[in-house]
Amino acid sequence: MLHELSRRQFLKAAGAGVAGSAVAALGFGGAEEALAQAVRPFKLARTTETRNTCPYCSVACGVIMYSLGDKSKNAHPAVIHIEGDPDHPTNRGTLCPKGSALLDFVHSETRTKVPQYRGPGEKAFRQISWNEALDRIARLMKDDRDKNFIAKNQDGQTVNRWLTTGFLAASATTNETAFLTYKVVRSLGVLAFDNQARV
Amino acid sequence: MGLQSQDFARISATNFRPPDVRHDFEVAKLIDVSKCIGCKACQAACLEWNNLREEVGINVGVYDNPHDLTPNSWTLMRFTEWENPESGNLEWLIRKDGCMHCADPGCLKACPSPGAIVQYNNGIVDFVSENCIGCGYCVKGCPFNIPRISQADHKAYKCTLCSDRVSVGQAPACAKACPTGAITFGTKQAMLDYAQASITDLKSRGFKNAGIYDPPGVGGTHVMYVLHHADQPQLYANLPQNPKISQVVELWKGLTKYAGMAAIGFAAAFAFVHGIVARRNDVSRAEDREAEHLIDEEAARGRQA
Amino acid sequence: MTNSWTDIKNTDLIIVMGGNAAEAHPCGFKWVVEAKAQRGAKLIVVDPRFTRTASVSDFYAPIRQGTDIAFLLGVIRYCIENDRIQHDYVRAFTNAPYLVKEGFAYQDGLFTGYDEAKRDYDRSTWEYELGADGYVQVDETLQNPRCVYQLLKQHVAAYTPEMVERICGTPKDKYLAICKMISECSARDKTMTSMYALGWTQHSKGAQNIRTMAMLQLMLGNIGVRGGGMNALRGHSNIQGLTDIGLMSDLIPGYLNIPKDREVDFKTYMSTRGFKPLRPNQMSYWQNYGKFMVSFLKAMWGPAATAENEFAYQWLPKLDVSGYDLLRIMDLMHQGKVNGYFCQGFNPLLSAPNRNKITESLSKLKFLVVMDPLQTETARFWKDEGVHNDVKPESIQTEVFELPTSCFAEDEGSLVNSGRWLQWHWPGQEPPGEAKADTWIMAQLHMRLRELYRKEGGAFPDPIVNLHWPYRDPMDPQPDEMAKEMNGYVVSTVTDPADPSKVLLEKGKQVDTFGQLRDDGSTACGCWIYSGSWTERGNMMARRDTSDPGNTGAYSNWAFSWPANRRILYNRASADLDGKAWDPKRKLIEWNGTAWTGYDVPDIAVNAKPRDVGPFIMNAEGSGRLFARGLMRDGPFPAHYEPFESPVANVMAPNIRGNPVARIFPADLAALGTSDKFPYAATSYRLTEHFHYWTKHVWVNAVLQPEFFVEISEQLAAEKNIQKGGWVKVSSNRGSVYAKAVVTKRIKPLICDGKTVHVVGIPLHWGFTGAARKGFGPNSLTPFVGDANTDTPEFKAFLVNVEPSNGPATS
Repeated sequence: MLHELSRRQFLKAAGAGVAGSAVAALGFGGAEEALAQAVRPFKLARTTETRNTCPYCSVACGVIMYSLGDKSKNAHPAVIHIEGDPDHPTNRGTLCPKGSALLDFVHSETRTKVPQYRGPGEKAFRQISWNEALDRIARLMKDDRDKNFIAKNQDGQTVNRWLTTGFLAASATTNETAFLTYKVVRSLGVLAFDNQARV
Repeated sequence: MGLQSQDFARISATNFRPPDVRHDFEVAKLIDVSKCIGCKACQAACLEWNNLREEVGINVGVYDNPHDLTPNSWTLMRFTEWENPESGNLEWLIRKDGCMHCADPGCLKACPSPGAIVQYNNGIVDFVSENCIGCGYCVKGCPFNIPRISQADHKAYKCTLCSDRVSVGQAPACAKACPTGAITFGTKQAMLDYAQASITDLKSRGFKNAGIYDPPGVGGTHVMYVLHHADQPQLYANLPQNPKISQVVELWKGLTKYAGMAAIGFAAAFAFVHGIVARRNDVSRAEDREAEHLIDEEAARGRQA
Repeated sequence: MTNSWTDIKNTDLIIVMGGNAAEAHPCGFKWVVEAKAQRGAKLIVVDPRFTRTASVSDFYAPIRQGTDIAFLLGVIRYCIENDRIQHDYVRAFTNAPYLVKEGFAYQDGLFTGYDEAKRDYDRSTWEYELGADGYVQVDETLQNPRCVYQLLKQHVAAYTPEMVERICGTPKDKYLAICKMISECSARDKTMTSMYALGWTQHSKGAQNIRTMAMLQLMLGNIGVRGGGMNALRGHSNIQGLTDIGLMSDLIPGYLNIPKDREVDFKTYMSTRGFKPLRPNQMSYWQNYGKFMVSFLKAMWGPAATAENEFAYQWLPKLDVSGYDLLRIMDLMHQGKVNGYFCQGFNPLLSAPNRNKITESLSKLKFLVVMDPLQTETARFWKDEGVHNDVKPESIQTEVFELPTSCFAEDEGSLVNSGRWLQWHWPGQEPPGEAKADTWIMAQLHMRLRELYRKEGGAFPDPIVNLHWPYRDPMDPQPDEMAKEMNGYVVSTVTDPADPSKVLLEKGKQVDTFGQLRDDGSTACGCWIYSGSWTERGNMMARRDTSDPGNTGAYSNWAFSWPANRRILYNRASADLDGKAWDPKRKLIEWNGTAWTGYDVPDIAVNAKPRDVGPFIMNAEGSGRLFARGLMRDGPFPAHYEPFESPVANVMAPNIRGNPVARIFPADLAALGTSDKFPYAATSYRLTEHFHYWTKHVWVNAVLQPEFFVEISEQLAAEKNIQKGGWVKVSSNRGSVYAKAVVTKRIKPLICDGKTVHVVGIPLHWGFTGAARKGFGPNSLTPFVGDANTDTPEFKAFLVNVEPSNGPATS
């Protein structure tokens, strides 16, 4: 698997630091297993590694996510640590203060976890089901589109546009998400379409 | 952590000298201040690797956050704006503060609790929490003002140089993260050699006093700096010109230390000390007073903080 | 970026201007540090503030924000005066020798053809003089007074070092030292790289800021070479990708354009896209436009797009204005003309200018849908948060949906970095709670709408019900499926016309390159520039080969770089007229007598003879443009204009406010402030501890920089009796914020046109959700006006007042 990095490769890359020394546990001599016990426990000893890319700036540093859980069918992995990918040509294992703290982004207390709805004039959100939310949104979209769709302009030219609903796309979604979003949004005739390139 | 390891060079408050069969080489972290951009990646990596979470503070008019080392913040960027009178240029001197891992560690010498502070053969000075009694002597013993006592568990904390990572052949978390390579890690000799290239480069760019900071007063350190102005380390947020272990600590050492501890009544420590050392000495009144004085001082510091 | 992050190690001189790479892109900046350490490269920083990038620079000079064009035109003047240009490069690879039409002129800050009422130019004179053969007339000696070189020389003459100092506030001695360092990179064996970001784009003349440096780089011969280039450091992880895929009002994936009203059919649309070469033998690659466009339409509507229905050309919406960008749509919303709005990972309440206006606009919506992995302020724009969001929920009738989405750690797919590398990534866990991937949400919405239109009918259902939806699970399309669509595939088998038994393209196969795309409907391709990213050989974006032959920094087998896995754009220009590297130590590609070989994929045909085909293949000229013809709205040459809110008048054209062709809506014009009430020059920026408005949700980053502050000089602090760490109130004509004061030696008052100008720095990372302390963003203060060409808001130069304060009442 391309994204699975063997532990040996990882240690090799991580250890090939500036000293240029061979990997041997630095100054601790001897076998790493025994030493890990004699010094402080090494917290990544039993984790699964997955390759990813930092979601913040456009340097796109390679990261390795260390998760508990072995990716077997019934195991739900949880990322417990994130560190730079030493194989990555650009960042070479390094990460900035944002990248170094990615774990706290993944597990942020203020992540969204359930669909929420706030009605007109209401002072708080309330949880709703996905079906409720999506059905309602689709209905609002269709009603607005049917009412305001412009098939022809004043000169009689075919323009097929819908201007009363807009879509602001993101800055960190994948290309694949972007393309699917493009298809769905453009097929509706939306022109008020923008992304975060400017801000 | 077991004290049976054969990788210790020194253990606090004991004469026990491990067999030291695996004395391979000494490690060092080199912090090239001239390459540091003050991004605090080292701080973030340290908090993440060591599962530490500092309180969210406030802004007090500077970039330094947190404002000082704490039991949860083992490293910290300290920012100094300095107008160089010679060149007329503004220089923003940014120094990563944290444990220097002295070859001759004042904290270890001051520590009265056996096995609470150890020095590995590779030079790393590590605190062993389960043996720590929170007396604060290490704070007094440190010429760099590094250890901090936790008000939650009354134990001392500081940078471990990621001894857990080093033991499996990896660099400390801060060095791994450092985006510009300002922090590097390797054998002490390799780091001294590596520093030379940077010093030569700095001299070619007009920093004629560029040099390495590896202060002899503490026997050299396992964390070293490359400074543009090595002749004036105090410019870098009061990095000491010539750090030494305090006279008090030099006096307060040897066998009498842990015995003194026992005499002033740290019962738990006593049991531990007894278990390991299995003999007692009488303690002089002077030593007793000295110990109390040190503890009071630390308590005062704690109140201020 | 024309080059890549790893290529920066090859440079001799780095100029960081219009950006702050060390803080905003620390791990990319490592290649600057590397170039310094390994090559002895020098780093110049030009910025109103002494930044953390400046802290490791060899030379720093201050500049007043919004005056970069004057600074750089002055550098071009210096290079011409002192004969420090790469002559062979300029003559052969730029339009310097081309003759410009009689009638074109520049006077008193304006080019020919200005219409004040329209705030626009008639650009018909901004063109080349064509010969009888239809090609541009040239003067290789560069002596003809109508050639671009002479016109440019004349245009920059006014930007003397004294004038630069007067406009920019940059001391003359510092300025000249920088001119000298830059001009030395005109040597064939020396190169400079320009690293810039939103410090150049977020101005009312942002595009021209960048153009000015691009022109300088062309004159130094630094485009297309290793260690050179124009390197835009994109702000977000996939904003390059989102732009490539055309998620903008006027774009179709791969930088094709949404048609205008007047382009009533496909033939008319294509009639202006012939891109006939302007010089003999030139590739003028956009001649292939039709192939990319038809293949795109086939990807959109599959079998429903046929030659008979113009490949569903009419199903695309047509534009009646230049574009419905963020500012225009917010303005329309403010007028009550918008009912529904979606924010997918975007937080406009803090990201769009003039927050009060944004709040009023959002309050007029019927419904707002926010899809985000974090609890954004936008999703809570209706919530009373006291001074931090002072609204009355009961008076806001907008229905708001907050849909939880996955974050990077939970999804799979590719992102495009600044260096145009498409890198694939994999999930390490499942989304928390009920959070879902954006693809799932978009598919659910589409499937519901399709069903509703099938069942109920309604306005023009054709493009919806016929949208090509070939996914294994239509309710949950997977990343590999979209990636393959974007790469392109063969719809129907194509055989060799000369030999029908020979299959050229086999139905169902992935195409290898965009060179295989066709305009007859036999190929489909979602985004032509991504062709080659997922071929029959598999997912090229997932490649992880770290080899780098020649140690060039290209890493050609790591991931995939658009276009065609090319790592340095315009790489033909790295070699001289005969195809030999300008600098043998920095060889990139070379002509070996029969073909181009080397470390990168050549941008011209591999067997195109060196003296025949120019390097700038996307331009009809084949050369780089020092004179932009009519392609820029605000001038074929850049000219100095002040920001719309400036502490001083435009000394070169005192009657012109801002950029004379930038769009500004009437109410926003009225909301501009003046220096009598708002005397200080403010700018906004990121800090290295945070990423935009995301990391205030991240505990560790909240620790590292917990609270909103502004930065001012010691002089201003003394003048206003402001204490370090004390509270201040910062106001513009549009709003006010409370902040802590960082009083610093790193900002110094500037002297501009004899007047002392105080700079106020306003970082952008705080809001009212997340782990950090509640605060404000600079958008409470900034003006609602954008760049003349891109409508990027002018976030980097505006006017404020600063007063000591007791802080917000709630704290």
